[in-house]
Amino acid sequence: MNQKYLPLIATILIFIVSYAMCALQYPNMLSTRVIGNLLTDNAFLGIAAVGMTFVILSGGIDLSIGSVIAFTGIFLAVMLETTSIHPLLAFVLALLITTAFGAIMGAIIHYLEMPAFIVTLAGMFLARGMAFVLSIDSIPVRHEFYGTLKSFYYKLPGGGRITLIGGLMLLVFAVGIIIAQRTRFGTNVYALGGGPQTAALMGVPVARTTILIYALSGFLAGLSGIVYSLYTSAGYSLATVGVELDAIAAVVIGGTLLTGGAGFVGGTLIGVLIQGLIQTYITFDGSLSSWWTKILIGALLFAFILMQKGILFVSRRGRSYA
Amino acid sequence: MMQSNDEILSATAIVKRFPGAIALDHVNFSLRRGEVHALLGENGAGKSTLIKCMTGAYRRDEGSLRLDGVEIDPRDPLDAQSLGIGTVYQEVNLLGNLSVAENLFLGRQPRRFGLVNTREMNRQARALLANYGMDINVSRSLDSYSVAVQQVVAIARAVDLSGKVLILDEPTASLDAQEVEMLFRIVRGLKAKGLGVVFITHFLEQVYALSDRITVLRNGQFIGTRETASLPRKDLVTMMLGHELADAEKELRAHQPDSGNVRFEFNGYGKAGKIKPFDLSVRKGEVVGIAGLLGSGRTETAQLLFGVDKPDSGTATVAGKTVSLNSPRAAINEGFGFCPEDRKIEGIIGDLSIRENIALALQARRGWARPLSRSEQIALADRYIKALDIRTTDREKPIKLLSGGNQQKAILARWLATNPQFLILDEPTRGIDVGAHAEIIRLIEDLCAQGMSLLVISSELEELVAYSSRILVLRDREHVAELTGGAITTQNIVNAIAASGSEKAVQ
Amino acid sequence: MIESAQRLAWRLAPQLIALIIILILCRLVFPGFYSIEFQNGRLYGSLIDVLNRGAPVALLAVGMTVVIATKGIDLSVGAVMAICGAVAASSSVRGDPLVLTLILTLGVGLICGVWNGFLVSVLNIQPIVATLVLMVAGRGIAQLITEGAILTFNDPGLIFIGSGSFIALPMPVVTWLLFGIAVAVLLRLTALGLLIEAVGINRRASTLSGIRTPVLLMAAYMLSGLCAAIAGIIVAADIKGADANNAGLWLELDAILAVVVGGTSLLGGRFSIIASLIGAMIIQAINTGILLSGFPPEFNLIIKAAIIVIILVIQSPKVQGVMTFLTVKSARKRDVEQTAQ
Repeated sequence: MNQKYLPLIATILIFIVSYAMCALQYPNMLSTRVIGNLLTDNAFLGIAAVGMTFVILSGGIDLSIGSVIAFTGIFLAVMLETTSIHPLLAFVLALLITTAFGAIMGAIIHYLEMPAFIVTLAGMFLARGMAFVLSIDSIPVRHEFYGTLKSFYYKLPGGGRITLIGGLMLLVFAVGIIIAQRTRFGTNVYALGGGPQTAALMGVPVARTTILIYALSGFLAGLSGIVYSLYTSAGYSLATVGVELDAIAAVVIGGTLLTGGAGFVGGTLIGVLIQGLIQTYITFDGSLSSWWTKILIGALLFAFILMQKGILFVSRRGRSYA
Repeated sequence: MMQSNDEILSATAIVKRFPGAIALDHVNFSLRRGEVHALLGENGAGKSTLIKCMTGAYRRDEGSLRLDGVEIDPRDPLDAQSLGIGTVYQEVNLLGNLSVAENLFLGRQPRRFGLVNTREMNRQARALLANYGMDINVSRSLDSYSVAVQQVVAIARAVDLSGKVLILDEPTASLDAQEVEMLFRIVRGLKAKGLGVVFITHFLEQVYALSDRITVLRNGQFIGTRETASLPRKDLVTMMLGHELADAEKELRAHQPDSGNVRFEFNGYGKAGKIKPFDLSVRKGEVVGIAGLLGSGRTETAQLLFGVDKPDSGTATVAGKTVSLNSPRAAINEGFGFCPEDRKIEGIIGDLSIRENIALALQARRGWARPLSRSEQIALADRYIKALDIRTTDREKPIKLLSGGNQQKAILARWLATNPQFLILDEPTRGIDVGAHAEIIRLIEDLCAQGMSLLVISSELEELVAYSSRILVLRDREHVAELTGGAITTQNIVNAIAASGSEKAVQ
Repeated sequence: MIESAQRLAWRLAPQLIALIIILILCRLVFPGFYSIEFQNGRLYGSLIDVLNRGAPVALLAVGMTVVIATKGIDLSVGAVMAICGAVAASSSVRGDPLVLTLILTLGVGLICGVWNGFLVSVLNIQPIVATLVLMVAGRGIAQLITEGAILTFNDPGLIFIGSGSFIALPMPVVTWLLFGIAVAVLLRLTALGLLIEAVGINRRASTLSGIRTPVLLMAAYMLSGLCAAIAGIIVAADIKGADANNAGLWLELDAILAVVVGGTSLLGGRFSIIASLIGAMIIQAINTGILLSGFPPEFNLIIKAAIIVIILVIQSPKVQGVMTFLTVKSARKRDVEQTAQ
């Protein structure tokens, strides 16, 4: 069997087994309502995590996404409150800004040869700061278009709903999988993660790919911000603090190597769902405390890092005797 | 003589200068259509610099490069590739995390409706590899295959992309005999198709098994190009190591083998895959030389003795006491010192000053709690800067700013400061200028006279002959001969290295 | 002595100049910035406030400097602060004597450091990945200890550490000054500083020179854990309670920033703890200055981002490369001239 699928299979198994265990204890968790909510509640995280997957696959990291989501939310709220432009136009503007923001970070990382960690840390401060400058208050969005958008959903048998934003997340994952697996850009992302010097020697356009990767992450963080804005019907500059950490955790639990070069966008979806499942279980249980989420996710992270270290070790040894 | 239109690639009077050194000094190289041309020389001879000038990784300073009779000037390896010159490196320069097919078609994957047509790409990849007699699952990641398969994939990619000249840079270094044979079949097939193949290796058997002509470089100089069939092995080794075979120059050495007691003894010492078990004993005040071609196990021997690699067989005895040398630290505690071959990666701490670099090993041995005071460090540094004549404007200058020879002396000083009993020097005179060269040799003789035991690895045979009281000859990761007393001549070393000869071809 | 003082001054010059410029700007936007009063046996004033508020980041920066010097990074310090604050509070609430509380808390900080150090030096996991585990799980562990509530305590001894004063200075100021200087002096009086720098610049060559690299790496992460523990105690003592959710939140980023502003390269090697401490004060002076200026605090983060970008561009390998190239060239030229003579 192909070794590169091992972490992905482990993730899927963990998800299925834990879902089954949850369902045994609380049969209600099998209802389409719970499944629909799982998608809706984690939509913004999932969309941002797709961008993070590309960044991590390429061997980088993007700490700015939580701030960019908050910035997008407050930007939309302020625009819709103080001007009379249509939300759709505001969406386009927000996406333009966040995409350009990501592209600039990518350009700095590539051309100034600075670590992605620090550049996106600066980006994180900058985006959060811009959000503060727009407003420090929580601003509700009352535009009727938001109501219209929220009224779109696909009714599942059993009373569950796939909402517009839940569906959008699934669509983003689908597109993300196609980009990663079926485009030259996608292969180039993996190539960068495998080794930037080698990739350059083999003719990968490193500068363009790096900038595109961070632009994509910025775009998806913006889209995630729009979804979050729809989800909460408000903009608040202190929202979504630390989402980048949840996204990184989802990516790693989804089976992607944190050092880049190996992993799958689809795995990230499972990573997001595992996090959502833990939270849902804790809500169902009622007596368990929310902090177990963090501890469990930390433990899962550790397990996956160890597992990947182990796979690397075994495959190196296996190859030397091959 | 061949007609000139048979020539596919020709390099004439190539000069490449690096700050403070001439890496290539008017080197000529010509490759014919349908020939395998071996490019030989020891480390630092200029092989890889010449390759890099031909593939555009470096820009040459002088000379002309012609491909199919047309003057070319590749900007970078990609440019050279599109002109028709493909290269396969020793460490496979492909991406292990991508699939075999993706590696073959990176950047030119077949597409349908804008998306990569994976099925078509895999089909083409299978077809391409079938030409090389290889039938593997091309959708698996490259690193799930052995190095030999990876080499073939690399060759297939290079030939598919360039198709005129194929440069193989030590492709067989980590392959076993069968894999080498497979690779040779493939290379012969390409030769039959009219490609020109440049083949770099340090296995002489393979040179004779595969190549039509041989070009030898030494110290950046062009030594000569010969027909393989008419070049005896001994003459080849002589060309590479630069000895004139006139034994008259051999002088009586001051330090004849000391009859005194053996201080360091290794019995059946070895490590699987690195170096076969060997016996070695070193007396007080003795220089033991190690000779052998690159890849013969010279550096592996040194690393094993110094505890960089842990031995899996044999015992080590220091002054009659059995010791375990499982780490450099353990070896240092027994009075060992080691100047590694790769100064930049294993020797210098680039950003630290010369003073700190000199004091480092002594400081590490004393432990963190007993620091050398600044004035002690200064005294130490100044003493060795003077004693070894390390040329620098300032002892506080980062060591990375010194020239190679002076860095080497500083590393030597680092060990001398620990007052070692046994010093291992791996290619102490490589890549440094003639002046510093002579000084280091004088130093080795002085240290020996003071009673220190030395083990010196060098590809400069005259040097070894001049200062060694015994010489071990290595071949194919095995200690194959030991020369003592009057038997120590460059001629005998060359004979021992070349001995494997015809009776033991490609296994 | 004079020579080494000169060298120190030369090394610290950029940070000191930056600090002075920022203090002058603070004075311009807030006229009362330099006034210091003496009341109830301690000093009050904006400058004292900067020293006091900057204590947690200054303490974290001490450990972070050493970790970064080994070519590592410790993302977990904020979470470790929360854990240690929780441990201190729960121990105090349980009625443990102050000494036991402190020993327990510092011990837990050291254990966190051992965990990180184990992952980095024994399992050879990349530092940024290794310390991420504790960064994610740590806050959960802290909440587990406090059981989700803000655990308040009233041990006057413990509270004194956060809000008491000693020789007219607030305790946190005394703590970070003494601790920071003690570590800096320890590293420079012993050979630790040199060995850490050697490992950070070239781990392989250091091991070949006989340095026990794994032990040194472990010690660096343990120091970082200890610093986080002290910072955690101070933050908890200041609010007389442990807030597992917010204690030390994002302070790891401020600490890394302080180190970077202090001129220690993220690529490891040469370090200066004093410079990192000044870096921490620069960051705090900016925070306090913006707060006092009446300038909306919203701009705080933007200014911070701008400062990182400026410092990073100066430190970027590209820019550095150009500078080294020039130095090497002139050095070579000198060498050539000398040999010619």
